[in-house]
Amino acid sequence: MATPENKLAFEGGWEYSPAPESTDHIKVAKKYELFIGGDFVKPQSGKYFDTINPATEERLSRVALANGADVDKAVKAARKAYNGAWSRMKPADRGKYIYRIARIIQERAREFAAIESLDGGKPIREARDVDVPLAAAHFFYYAGWADKLEYAFPGRRVRSMGVAGQIIPWNFPLLMAAWKLAPALACGNTVVLKPAETTPLTALKLAEVIADAGLPEGVVNIVTGAGDTGAAIVSHPGVDKIAFTGSTDVGRIIQKALAGSNKKYTLELGGKAANIIFADAAIDQAVEGIVNGIFFNQGHVCCAGSRLLVQEAVAEQVIQKLKDRMETLIVGDPLDKNTDIGAINSKAQLEKIESYLDIGKQEGGEIHQSSCPVPARGYWCRPTIFTGVSQSNRVVQEEIFGPVLAIQTFRTFDEALAKANNTPYGLSGGVWTDKGAKIFKMTQSVRAGVVWANTFNKFDPTSPFGGYKESGVGREGGLHGLDAYLVLEA
Amino acid sequence: MSLAAVDTKRKLPDLDRVPRVDEVGVNERVARFQSRSIKKESKMAALRMVLSMIDLTTLEGQDTPGKVRQLCQKAMHLHDSVPGLPHVAAVCVYPTMVGVARKALEGRGIHIASVATAFPSGQAPLSVKLEDTRMAVEQGADEIDMVISRGAFLAGDYGFVFDEIAAIKEACGDAHLKVILETGELGTLDRVRRASVLAMHAGADFIKTSTGKIQPAATMQVTLVMLQAIRDYFYDTGRMVGMKPAGGISSAKLAIHYLVMLRETLGNAWLTPEWFRFGASSLANDVLMQIVKQQTGVYQSADYFSKD
Repeated sequence: MATPENKLAFEGGWEYSPAPESTDHIKVAKKYELFIGGDFVKPQSGKYFDTINPATEERLSRVALANGADVDKAVKAARKAYNGAWSRMKPADRGKYIYRIARIIQERAREFAAIESLDGGKPIREARDVDVPLAAAHFFYYAGWADKLEYAFPGRRVRSMGVAGQIIPWNFPLLMAAWKLAPALACGNTVVLKPAETTPLTALKLAEVIADAGLPEGVVNIVTGAGDTGAAIVSHPGVDKIAFTGSTDVGRIIQKALAGSNKKYTLELGGKAANIIFADAAIDQAVEGIVNGIFFNQGHVCCAGSRLLVQEAVAEQVIQKLKDRMETLIVGDPLDKNTDIGAINSKAQLEKIESYLDIGKQEGGEIHQSSCPVPARGYWCRPTIFTGVSQSNRVVQEEIFGPVLAIQTFRTFDEALAKANNTPYGLSGGVWTDKGAKIFKMTQSVRAGVVWANTFNKFDPTSPFGGYKESGVGREGGLHGLDAYLVLEA
Repeated sequence: MSLAAVDTKRKLPDLDRVPRVDEVGVNERVARFQSRSIKKESKMAALRMVLSMIDLTTLEGQDTPGKVRQLCQKAMHLHDSVPGLPHVAAVCVYPTMVGVARKALEGRGIHIASVATAFPSGQAPLSVKLEDTRMAVEQGADEIDMVISRGAFLAGDYGFVFDEIAAIKEACGDAHLKVILETGELGTLDRVRRASVLAMHAGADFIKTSTGKIQPAATMQVTLVMLQAIRDYFYDTGRMVGMKPAGGISSAKLAIHYLVMLRETLGNAWLTPEWFRFGASSLANDVLMQIVKQQTGVYQSADYFSKD
């Protein structure tokens, strides 16, 4: 193993010049209204809130704050659209509208990517290569289902639910809007969607796309605001179904609020995924998998591989390689095409992550962070790993939602499995081995909605996604994702 | 020289302990290197670096002293209308042409590399390979590019391949030894990784992808696997080993992707001609064209760049 003399050097030397994505081609208005009944309307609250760029702490725009009256108006508009054109439209025509949304997103991909990066802090490379193309792919995929729903569930008659209230998080703003809207629309529902208060801009841009696509007014309504706005949607009697993606704490509140009501719901909540590396894995590719698992999108990923379980025989080697790999990760301006890790989404989230760094240290974990410089302004967290921690440490147990990895070792298959399942969560997992039989055994035994083998954080609209235990209720994506927006009859 | 005379410090490692390679993961990593955006000053620095790392090569049956002298002239004068350009790292020729090259390049700081060991097939007895090597060194080659016995390697006779490399290393004396794995004939990235480990333990100063005579020649995928093997060997022993992808790298853009890969895999210490080379015959002119473009803002016709 390495001694100080045989240490690789990554600092200095040949550096990459800044390569910022141009923002000349994007238009961000000074102020955004609510999108209700096909029009942009002023909020009855009369209030607006700032959305800022987390990389500069500068205001990007002011966005309308929807109160209970605004939500009521949106739900009524959605109901009117549902009872009117949308639920009676030929399914193939519904599909045509959704295809149109998908194509316009593709045409405006550069604009969406840049705004997503500005508003949320994620690297332009990810917004460009992951968020926007996947969002378009979801619309394309579900557009295809619109006129084939009866084939999706053989022997059952299907009908739409009505008005869906959808509340989405700030980590993948446009993509989560696509995950929610595409199946709801394909199944013939109308929608009231609330984007997260820190990242409303791409949803409002999507409202423009929906208007351009010519959807009947009121089919999609987008209301902006924080928790109170979301609560107004959840408790509105005119809503038939709630779809929520966000924290487990808020998920609990929603589930309580819905208890006893007739509303259907799907909840996509937190996670603390185990990424399991066996000694016979392709180690260098596994190290890449660790990096993709925890540092993708600053670790603001519910299915992030935030717990690394590595077999003792290779633990030292894996950690050494990981530390060197972390030195090559570029943290900084999200709009720079070479940036690997962008800004933490908000000040509140940064404070939460930093509090976990303190907790980890106080509990005796050994912290290691990459040595990269970070900008003076904005919210930043260097890629971080904790070693010397166990299942009894809070940084192992709790979702941090940042670029912070907790590393534990194991000796046997059974020990790895036991540790992987010893969590209140069950959203995702990863297994790395050269041995096929071990992959099957592990993927069948890990209690998580998605388990990746020899890869991590791969998404496809055809694949269902969702959690066990405190990670949520229901599935999104694929055929399963239709089920969440249909009433199945005998 | 008999095999018994070989340095006994060198030991064939247990190749079963060499990490496995996952091709899908390698492809993904390579795609990430290719998505780096190298512009402005960093591009200019990279282009100059590429020029300085080229082993300008002619390896043909039709090579003559005249051809080799012309190649040497190009090596010394890449494009004199742009002042201050570096010269290439080396010229690479057959053993019979080493003397010509040495005379042409005398005192110019350009290394003379010679292929040896029954290049490109390597299908000759060890005695012939050793003689081939010694002759190239005597004629003035300070770098020897040998080929491994791929047949023996594929047959699982790792000891034979190892001993052969070790013997050639001894025959090189002070000349640097580059070991060509001919990855296009090895078939899998797992075998590329194992052959890399074997070659380094046998004494290779450089490991090199290809002869240029077999397709596929150098790819970013095999080069990444070899760089990772170099890194692991360095972690274990502290000894730096150089890397030379050869064949198929003819555009400046691709060459810059290789430098990105080198920088992010092995770090800054390897970003010099001492530790990284491009085996190429037509790369230099594309790099020169890009340098002129960076300086003037326009691409010049290929006819403005000398072809030797």
